[in-house]
Amino acid sequence: MKITYDREACQGHNRCYMLAPELFDTDDEGYAILLVDGEIPDELEEKARLAADNCPEFAIEIVEE
Amino acid sequence: MPDVPRPPVEDWATDFDHTHPDYAANAPEIWDDLRHRCPVAHTERFGGAWLPTKHEDVARIAKDTDNFTSQGVIVTDWRPDIPRPMGYAPPITSDPPFHAVARKFLLEFFSPKAIDGWETTARETCRELIAEIKASGVDEIDAATEYAQHIPVRVIADMLGLPREDGDKFRVWIHRILEEPGQNSIISEEDTLDYYLNAKVKERRENLGDDLISYLCQADIDGMALLDDHVRGTIGLLIIAGIDTTWSGIGSSIWHMAQHPDDRKRWVDDPDVRPFAIEEFLRFYAPVTMARLVAEDVEVGGCPMKTDDWTLLSFPAANRDPEAFEQADEFIIDRQRNRHSAFGLGIHRCVGSNLARMEMAVALEEWMDAFPDFELADPAAVTWSTGQVRGPRSMPIRVQVPATAISGTAVE
Ligand code: HEM
Ligand code: SF4
Repeated sequence: MKITYDREACQGHNRCYMLAPELFDTDDEGYAILLVDGEIPDELEEKARLAADNCPEFAIEIVEE
Repeated sequence: MPDVPRPPVEDWATDFDHTHPDYAANAPEIWDDLRHRCPVAHTERFGGAWLPTKHEDVARIAKDTDNFTSQGVIVTDWRPDIPRPMGYAPPITSDPPFHAVARKFLLEFFSPKAIDGWETTARETCRELIAEIKASGVDEIDAATEYAQHIPVRVIADMLGLPREDGDKFRVWIHRILEEPGQNSIISEEDTLDYYLNAKVKERRENLGDDLISYLCQADIDGMALLDDHVRGTIGLLIIAGIDTTWSGIGSSIWHMAQHPDDRKRWVDDPDVRPFAIEEFLRFYAPVTMARLVAEDVEVGGCPMKTDDWTLLSFPAANRDPEAFEQADEFIIDRQRNRHSAFGLGIHRCVGSNLARMEMAVALEEWMDAFPDFELADPAAVTWSTGQVRGPRSMPIRVQVPATAISGTAVE
């Protein structure tokens, strides 16, 4: 499983950072920073889905292979 | 309340009035009815206005800053006369490209990590308020006016470096602006938020501190200091946007908990559920409806919107849209998938969302710790605000309910 994050769509709601701090940090202005590049470790898959499904701006997408 | 009662609404699809007490009392039923037969309602009131009730339409308008302007965000009978792109209260009344400039000044102060630093202030405030309630020895209190109301006021006063005691004045001014816009003719100039803030900005320009007002006084755009109107507008916005909204969010949450012993038990027993509960409070009782003016003729959901019409951005209605949420009309305390838009969508996303969330969580934690069981003392005595910010304004609560009076909850 992979995750994509669209900085243009992100408006800094910070839902991802709250739900999956292992996967997302925030910058000084509160926009998300995706911490993983490539494969999501198995144990974080559910958190990745949670972050994607709670982003009000649809800025996060899960890519299942 | 307005001086003259609002004329009754004949049909919510063609003659809606979101400032009518019937709307405050029955909004979710009104949206459900409209979504079935006329998802974008219209009214001739306010010089022409629209009310979209579907998530899709609300999101579309919020993201379209070409056809819609934020020059006016509170619906009135007249149209605002402060010119684009800054507007009266930047950034909320600003359009691109100026909007991003005005918004950037605030973001660092309200990022999640910056807000962590204010949690202690919020928690101490809640504990002081609860200690006062307990010391008073009464078992019936107004949770809206004696608790929820004070929490956002104290934190924002500290952030701005303004005396906490001025909170009472803020609330009177906010009420006039949000609930009685345009009915202020008999008020003296000295008794306005603008007058108060002009004096504070002047004071601060001469004597800088380390608060947010001082920061804005020193900020610049391309080497030019911000205009006094800009600084005053932004500070006024933080006061107006931050107080009644969060007060409403905390109040509605307590109102819900007072009537749902199962949800109270879940909150107490399972701390992991709390962050989900806060988002569900925000979805289900979303306090804020915004507005836009139509800048260019445009069609939304098949409806022809004309330049200078108002359109409401009913985030609360979007949050109850069954096309966007499963079991949309049910409060599910641990709802896992919750893309609610209580803090707006698009470029105007609430700058204070991290602060508001933290205050709601802390206020609920402290309240539930102190009073795990409580109920509405008199459901009929609860009053709600009218207009674009919705929440309980008076809410008698009986705390320390005798153990025998509780049904449905296990009490040790
Ligand atoms: C539960 C509490 C709150 C709710 C539901 C809420 C809701 C909203 C909404 C829906 C918007 C979008 C406005 C639009 O699209 O035109 C907004 C904007 C804004 N809010 Fe909040 N708000 C809350 C608390 C706060 C607090 C505590 C502050 C700061 C002290 C704040 C400051 C702002 C500001 C500055 C904007 C304008 C952002 C911009 O235009 O870029 N809000 N709020
Ligand atoms: S939840 Fe979405 S909009 Fe919010 S910070 Fe994360 S990616 Fe950005």
